[in-house]
Amino acid sequence: MRSLMVRALSRLLTALPTLFVLVTLAFFMMRAAPGGPFDSERSLAPEIEAAIEAQYHLDEPLIRQYLHYLLDLSHGDLGPSFQYEGYRVTELIAAGLPVSALLGGLALCLAVVVGVSIGIVAAQRRNHLIDHVLMTLSALGICIPAFVVAPLLILAFAVALGWLPAGGWSAGQWRDVLLPVLALALPQLAYVARLTRTSMVDVLQAPYVLAARAKGLPTRQILLRHALRPALLPVLSYLGPAAAALITGSVVIEQIFSIPGLGRYFVQAALNRDYTLVLGVVLVYGALIVLFNFVVDMLYGVLDPRVRAT
Amino acid sequence: MRARYFWIQSFVAVLAIGASVGVAAQSLRIGNGPEIETLDPQRARSVSAFNILRDLYEGLIRVGPDGRLIPGAASAWDVSEDGLIYRFHLRANGRWSNGDAVTADDFVAGMRRTVSPATGSNFAQMLVPIRGAAAISRGERSPETLGVQAVSPLELEIQLDVPTPQLLGVLTQAATYPVHRPSLQQYGDGFSRPGRLIGNGAYSLDAWVMQSHVSLRRNRYYWDADTVAIDTVTYYPTEDINSEYKRYRAGELDITYEVPPVQIAQIRREHSAELHLAPYLGVYYYGLNLTRAPLADNPKLRKALSMAIDRDVIVDKVLNGLGLPAYGWVPPGVSGYPAQQPAWAQLSDTQRLAEARRWYAEAGYGPQHPLELEIRFNTHESHQRVATVIAAMWKQALGVTTRLVNEEFKVFINHRKQRRVTQVFRAVWIADYNDPSSFTDILHSRHGQNDTGWNNPAYDARIEAAREQPALRTPTLQAAERLIFDDVPVIPIYFYVSKHLVRSRVIGWRDNVLDYHYTRDLRLAADIGPE
Repeated sequence: MRSLMVRALSRLLTALPTLFVLVTLAFFMMRAAPGGPFDSERSLAPEIEAAIEAQYHLDEPLIRQYLHYLLDLSHGDLGPSFQYEGYRVTELIAAGLPVSALLGGLALCLAVVVGVSIGIVAAQRRNHLIDHVLMTLSALGICIPAFVVAPLLILAFAVALGWLPAGGWSAGQWRDVLLPVLALALPQLAYVARLTRTSMVDVLQAPYVLAARAKGLPTRQILLRHALRPALLPVLSYLGPAAAALITGSVVIEQIFSIPGLGRYFVQAALNRDYTLVLGVVLVYGALIVLFNFVVDMLYGVLDPRVRAT
Repeated sequence: MRARYFWIQSFVAVLAIGASVGVAAQSLRIGNGPEIETLDPQRARSVSAFNILRDLYEGLIRVGPDGRLIPGAASAWDVSEDGLIYRFHLRANGRWSNGDAVTADDFVAGMRRTVSPATGSNFAQMLVPIRGAAAISRGERSPETLGVQAVSPLELEIQLDVPTPQLLGVLTQAATYPVHRPSLQQYGDGFSRPGRLIGNGAYSLDAWVMQSHVSLRRNRYYWDADTVAIDTVTYYPTEDINSEYKRYRAGELDITYEVPPVQIAQIRREHSAELHLAPYLGVYYYGLNLTRAPLADNPKLRKALSMAIDRDVIVDKVLNGLGLPAYGWVPPGVSGYPAQQPAWAQLSDTQRLAEARRWYAEAGYGPQHPLELEIRFNTHESHQRVATVIAAMWKQALGVTTRLVNEEFKVFINHRKQRRVTQVFRAVWIADYNDPSSFTDILHSRHGQNDTGWNNPAYDARIEAAREQPALRTPTLQAAERLIFDDVPVIPIYFYVSKHLVRSRVIGWRDNVLDYHYTRDLRLAADIGPE
C-alpha cells in the first residue's frame, strides 16, 4: 500500500513538468504560425489594429508575453479570449468541459460495458458463427470513421424516422445525447470487443482455467471469477489511449451534432489564432490525458498482483 | 407552510390554464452560421452577429422587408441644403428593454464608441464622413469632438465633412446603434453579456449559451410592440452546412443560414417552394497584385486573363447555379446605380476567346513564350474548384501554365496584404450598405482593402469627385468603374446570391439584396404548429 502511495506521488510530480513543457511548446508554436487573431477578410485601419493589439499586450516582446501568461496561469487565470470579446478562457472552458466530459464519459462506459460483453461472448463461442459475425462487425466499427457514422445515424434516426434530434443540446437531455455518444463510442467499443476476445481466448487456455474446469466448476463461475480479471488487463491498458481518442474524436462529433463542448473550441480557436483559448484547451486536454494514464496505472496495480509486487 | 404550497400550486395551475387557453406562443428557429463573437454592437464583425443585433437593437434608420430604407428609431429627419447637416427626430415613445426612454445622447454615445480607438471597432472607417471621425480614430482628437450631437433629448444632429448620400444606409448598421449608457457605465465593455444587455430593438436577450443557441423574447417596451407577432426567436450556430441542412429536414429549424451547393439538385426537387435564392450585394473576384511581375504594368495581359474566363461555366457547373456571372464590379441591384459591363461581355464565346488571345499576344506572350502564373487561395473545397476550372480555361484559351497554391486562411490573408508573394489571389467583398461606393471605394489607392496595389490617380480623383459633387455622383462612379474595366486590377468572377431554406409556415419573408430579415417583420402561420 505504501509503495502504491509513493508511486502515485511520484507520478503526480512528473506530471507538472510535462504540462509546463506542453504549455511552453504550444505557446511558441501558436505564435510561430503566420497571421494573428485580428486578421480577417476585412482589413482594419492601422491605428485601430494597433489599439487592439495594445489592449491584449500583443505589442510587447514575445518573451514578455510568455512570462505574463505564466504569471496569470499561476493564479489560475487563462487570460482573455481573442475571439469571444469580453469572455475569459476560464469561463469558456468551464462551460464546455462538463458537456464534453459527459459525452466522453458516457461513450467510454458504453464502449467498455458493451465491448467487454461482446468480447466475452465471442471468446466463449470461439470459431462459431456468432464469433465470426461479431468480429466482422467490430472490424467494420474500427474501420469506419466517426464522420461517416455520425451523418448516417442522423439520416436514419433524425431525418427518416424522426425519433431523435439531428443536433443541438438543450441542457443535456437524454434525447440529445444518444446519437453523439453512440457515434463517438462505436470505434472504441469495437476495439475493446476485439481486445477482450483475444485476451479471453488466451486466458481460457491457461493451465489454471483448465484446472478449474477439471474441478468441475460451472462455466459462468470460471468466466467471471477466474478468467475475467486477467483477461481485462490489456483492455485496461488500452483505456488511456481510448480516453485520448474520445477527446480528439469529440472534436468531430461536436461539430456534426452542434454540441457546445470543448472540442469545438479547439479547432475554431486554432484557426482563429485565439492564442489563449488554444493554450487553455491544450492544457486541459494534456491534464486529462496525464490523469487518465495515471488512473489506469493505479488500477493496473490493483488488478494485477505482479505489478504490486515489483 | 402548507398554505404557502397551496398558493404556489394554485398559481402554477392558473398559469398553465392561461397558457393553454391563450394563443399558442409563436416561436421561430433560425440557423445562423458560425458562432457569434459578441453582441456588442460597436465591436461585432460577423454577419451572424449582425443578424441577431438587428433584433436586439434599432438604428435611426432600418431596412424594410423589401430592402428599402425606412424610419427606425427616428421617425423623421431633415437634411440641410448643402447636404452636410442631418437632423433626426427620435420617437417620443422609444424605450429600452428595461423601460428607460431612448434619447439622442444614447445614439451619440454609440457613435463615439465606434470611432474611439480604444473600442477597436472594425467599422470606424465607415463613419469617416462624419466631422472629426477620421482624426478621432487616429487618436488625434477626443471622441467628444465627434460631429454627432444631441440638440434635445429627442433631436440628434449629425454634421458631415462632405455630402454623403449613403449616410442613411450607414445608419442602419450596428456600429451606429445606441448604447444604454447606465449599463455601459456600470459594466464597461462587458455591458452586452447575457443578463446585462439592454437593447432598444423589438426583442430582448434571454440567453446566450455559447456554441448552442442565442434566444430572444419579445421586448414589451418596444415602441411598436403591438405589431410584433413572434414571441420568441432562437438563433442556432450552424457552422457545418450539411448538419444545418439535416436539422432543417428533421424539422428543427425554420430558416437556414445557407444551403449546401452539392445537394442543390435534391433541394430543388424536394423543397423547391422553400428555397430562396436572390441577388446579394457581394462579389467573388480574383485580385491581381500590380506591384510584382508579371502582372504589374501589363494591362493587356490582365485583360486577356479576364476575358479568357467563361463565367457562365463557373456559375452553372462549379456553383450549381448559386451565383450570377460577374463582368462588372458593382453588382446589379444596387439602388440608383445601373449595372455596367465591359463591352466584351456581349461577345460570343469564340469572339471573346479570339479577343483574349489577341491581347495575350500583344502583351508579349504566346506559344513560344507562355505565361507562368500562380493562383493563391485559402484552403477550401469551393475555392479549389473555382481555381482549378479557371486554370484549365487559361491553359486551353491562352496556353498559360498555372500553379495552384492553397494556404490556411490567416496565412493567406497575411500574404495578400503584404503583396510580396502573391500574383493572383482569391478575394470577396460584401457590401456594408446598399450603395455603389461600398464597392468602388475599396479600390481607391489608399483604401485598406485594396490588396492589389492598384494606384490609378484618375480613379482616385473620380472617387473623390463623386463625394464632393452629389449631383453627378452616379455618372462619376460609373466612369470610375469603367476605368476598372480598362485597367483590370481585379477579375470579377461571380456575384453572390443569398441562399436560404424558409419553411412555408414563416410568413412575411421577402428576399432583398442586403439579405436583412428582421424577425419583427415575420410571423408564423397560426394553425400549423412546429413540425
